Amino acid sequence: MKRRLLAIALMLLMCTQVTHALEPVDYNSPAEEQRFKALTAELRCVMCQNQSIADSNAPIAHDLRAEVLRLMREGKSNDEIKRYLVERYTEFVLYEPPMHGGNWLLWAGPFLLLLGGGFWVARVIRNKSGAAKTAVVETDQEW
Amino acid sequence: MLPELGQILLLAALLLSLLLGTLPLWGAQRSNNALMSSARPLSYALLAAVVCSYALLTYAFEVHDFSVAYVAKNSNSLLPPLYQASAVWGAHEGSLLLWVMILCAWITAVALKSRALPQTVVARVLSVMGWIAFGFLAFTVFTSNPFERLLPAAIEGHDLNPLLQDPGLIFHPPLLYLGYVGFSVAFAFAIAALIDGRIDAQWIKWARPWTNAAWGFLTLGIALGSFWAYYELGWGGWWFWDPVENASFMPWLVGAALIHSQAVTEKRGSFSSWTLLLAIAAFSLSLLGTFLVRSGVLTSVHAFASDPERGMFILAFLCLVVGSSLTLFAWRTPKEFGKPFHWQSRESLLLINNLLLTAACAMVLLGTLYPLLAEALDMGKISVGPPYFGKLFLVLMAPVVLLIPFGPLSRWQSDSLGNVARVLMPWLVLAALVALVALFKAPQHPIKTALAFFSVFWITLGTLRFVWQRLRQAQSRFTAEMSGMILAHTGVAVFCFGALMAEALSTEKDVAAKPGQSFEIGAYRFLFQGVQELPGPNFVAQRGAIQVFDGERMLTTLYPEKRQYASGGSIMTEADMQGGISRDLYVALGEPLDANGGWALRLHVKPFIRWIWFGALMMALGAFLVMFDKRFKNRRPQ
Amino acid sequence: MIQRLLPLALFVGLAVLLFVGVRMNSGKDTSAIPSPLIGKPAPALALPVLPMPETRLAPADLGGKAYVLNVWGSWCVSCRIEHPVITELSGSGVLVVGYNYKDPAEDATAWLQKFGNPYALVIQDLDGQAALDWGIYGAPETFVIDAQGIVRYKHIGPLTREIIAADILPALKGAQ
Repeated sequence: MKRRLLAIALMLLMCTQVTHALEPVDYNSPAEEQRFKALTAELRCVMCQNQSIADSNAPIAHDLRAEVLRLMREGKSNDEIKRYLVERYTEFVLYEPPMHGGNWLLWAGPFLLLLGGGFWVARVIRNKSGAAKTAVVETDQEW
Repeated sequence: MLPELGQILLLAALLLSLLLGTLPLWGAQRSNNALMSSARPLSYALLAAVVCSYALLTYAFEVHDFSVAYVAKNSNSLLPPLYQASAVWGAHEGSLLLWVMILCAWITAVALKSRALPQTVVARVLSVMGWIAFGFLAFTVFTSNPFERLLPAAIEGHDLNPLLQDPGLIFHPPLLYLGYVGFSVAFAFAIAALIDGRIDAQWIKWARPWTNAAWGFLTLGIALGSFWAYYELGWGGWWFWDPVENASFMPWLVGAALIHSQAVTEKRGSFSSWTLLLAIAAFSLSLLGTFLVRSGVLTSVHAFASDPERGMFILAFLCLVVGSSLTLFAWRTPKEFGKPFHWQSRESLLLINNLLLTAACAMVLLGTLYPLLAEALDMGKISVGPPYFGKLFLVLMAPVVLLIPFGPLSRWQSDSLGNVARVLMPWLVLAALVALVALFKAPQHPIKTALAFFSVFWITLGTLRFVWQRLRQAQSRFTAEMSGMILAHTGVAVFCFGALMAEALSTEKDVAAKPGQSFEIGAYRFLFQGVQELPGPNFVAQRGAIQVFDGERMLTTLYPEKRQYASGGSIMTEADMQGGISRDLYVALGEPLDANGGWALRLHVKPFIRWIWFGALMMALGAFLVMFDKRFKNRRPQ
Repeated sequence: MIQRLLPLALFVGLAVLLFVGVRMNSGKDTSAIPSPLIGKPAPALALPVLPMPETRLAPADLGGKAYVLNVWGSWCVSCRIEHPVITELSGSGVLVVGYNYKDPAEDATAWLQKFGNPYALVIQDLDGQAALDWGIYGAPETFVIDAQGIVRYKHIGPLTREIIAADILPALKGAQ
């Protein structure tokens, strides 16, 4: 138990600090730099799981960044690169859960709620409006 | 001996909270004055017991009593005295004691300032809060005792996590807890109203300042945490949609809805059950947050403790508190007594506002718990991150931003929103034009930049239009409530601008720097001068020097550090930055690259990022300002 | 009536989820990622071998045999903790292959000489490139591969006797 706590503490320290890999990269073009930064920001670091591989300084993040750059230069598309990583590290590595299968609840949920809430609000307002038609309109309201 | 005294005091507090929970409540049911009037003395005694216990724990830290396990784990003799005091809440057990102490402080505050309320209401409110204190004290005493002894005593303690040895982190937990715990007042009041079966405008008037105070503190606590992460963690981020961050954001969203809903119920009598439900929800979300942080159910860098046994205890407590209050709500929610209103009225606008804030909260809850749900349903390990939260939050909050200027200008009950729209139209057009210009002139992320300009201009101008209208009217008087509203809404504008601009226009470069080498970002030139070694109180630092120029003019020299702490040997990066109204310049050290003094550096220019926290500060101050409105002055009970 | 009960109903659902969550995650490493390789062929082990006196076979000889692949490094603190357990496992007749991850050869050799070498074969992955194909992201990690070369099981974190008895050995039995 103590060792496990030590291991967790070490990981915590590593994952919350900029310790190694602020490594400068030689980009072929500004477009490549932008694409690389955007893509790595969408991939979760599997070790320091609260950071993207763009931000994380875990050794595996360093390796994954190098791999992403290599695949980009081989001509793979963003989707292909993501699929490559998912094959090896499961969908966990995607920061944005794909919109397929069971994940519909995640994406549609808030809007369904909004819709349901909207109907309820409309009903409340309609009820209140009904009574308001006959009510005296106040001319001197406090703010 | 003293730690044992601390434990005894906690047991005494446990007993006192039990008495506080039962006697006045029983007295209110039976209209027994003697029992009801026991509430205040019990509250004061409870506070005394807990404060003394807390003081003893602090004392144990200051005298380096490493026979107390908690002290040994979280401090050592090299730790500066200020951090000895704040180390008390550096881990699970101590932070829980802080939580309880703050709850007892709120209980005493309520006891002192409730003369205007009927005795039955006061008795019920204090009793409910007493029960909450009982639950947390039981949790502390039975599973998380901070006074547990370490035998044999350690010669030297481990240390406080170096991340926590920072002024920002001293104030962040107490401010957050003031917020979380503060919502228990609105909660207790809601329960008292449900038990009574009716809700009185007089009581809502009493409850409003307390809710504003809690929400204001929560705003400050969250903003401080965000600012701390920005200047401490070294990569310039300020919000990560981490589960524990989300746990603090959900009560904040519902709290914002609650503030507005309480205003409507107080003035018009409408939405009373909605207000009660939001009060229950806000505190329930605070409890849920406590659960998420301490149960190990979700992985988070923030998580205090991953102990399933503790998790079960908190979950049981959560179920008891929230389950019983929602059952009470289903059974006893009072009849609507509000004045009717048309669909074109301020009531409707606020109802829509509440719906959107609640939907945003539900979205955050869904995203945070979704990985857990997926795992439980055997759908594999899925992660939900900033792309999800960020996108949906923008979509849900955009309508709120549009509606904000309409609210203050609309009348209650019945108005012509067309008229209001006509009044605001010139400002909407102006904001849209500015946004259009921004869209074409932005060097990157044009849409976000345009949204930033639109939101700040629209909200500010729309709010100023209200100020102007008010100045023109005969009364020409601004109540504290109005001033608070103006300040808070403008704070929202400032926040939106800061957040969106920082996201859109931040530029950063990772470079391999040799001493004497320069790098350019935009109009700024960064000159690397080298790194030297420097000792500190409990660490050794590698300190870099980078001069920043704007054209020929030198702006500042930045000194980022990498510190190696004496205990544990852990290495920490301290980024250095120059803050400014229009931008922050931010530099962090990476690793040494070679023997000739070359280092990897990360350079950032972050436009308008300070507006984020300044906007949050304005929102909190606005909430506090409302509390001073004359309508809330204590009056003798009817 | 429904709208009065709705908040309670929603909360009950939430409470059930949280309860399941706490039960599911107790005693477990919640950050461990399940392996997508389970049931799929193991990636080829086309890596250099670390020369050690205890080496009994070459990578080519692994075909047709079930074995345990243990990812380790001399820099890894937990690996030292699980080492006696690995030694026991190897001593009981199980074929254990060591995957030396991101470790200079001298450090790896010194570590094995100091603590003992339980591995029938040690392959070296110095830059971590090949590890990506295995979905390795740290050490220690342990795989069970069957005689047909299919991955049957993966464990992340140090091994203990309980885990070996409960998971590794049954996976091996099924793999023969």
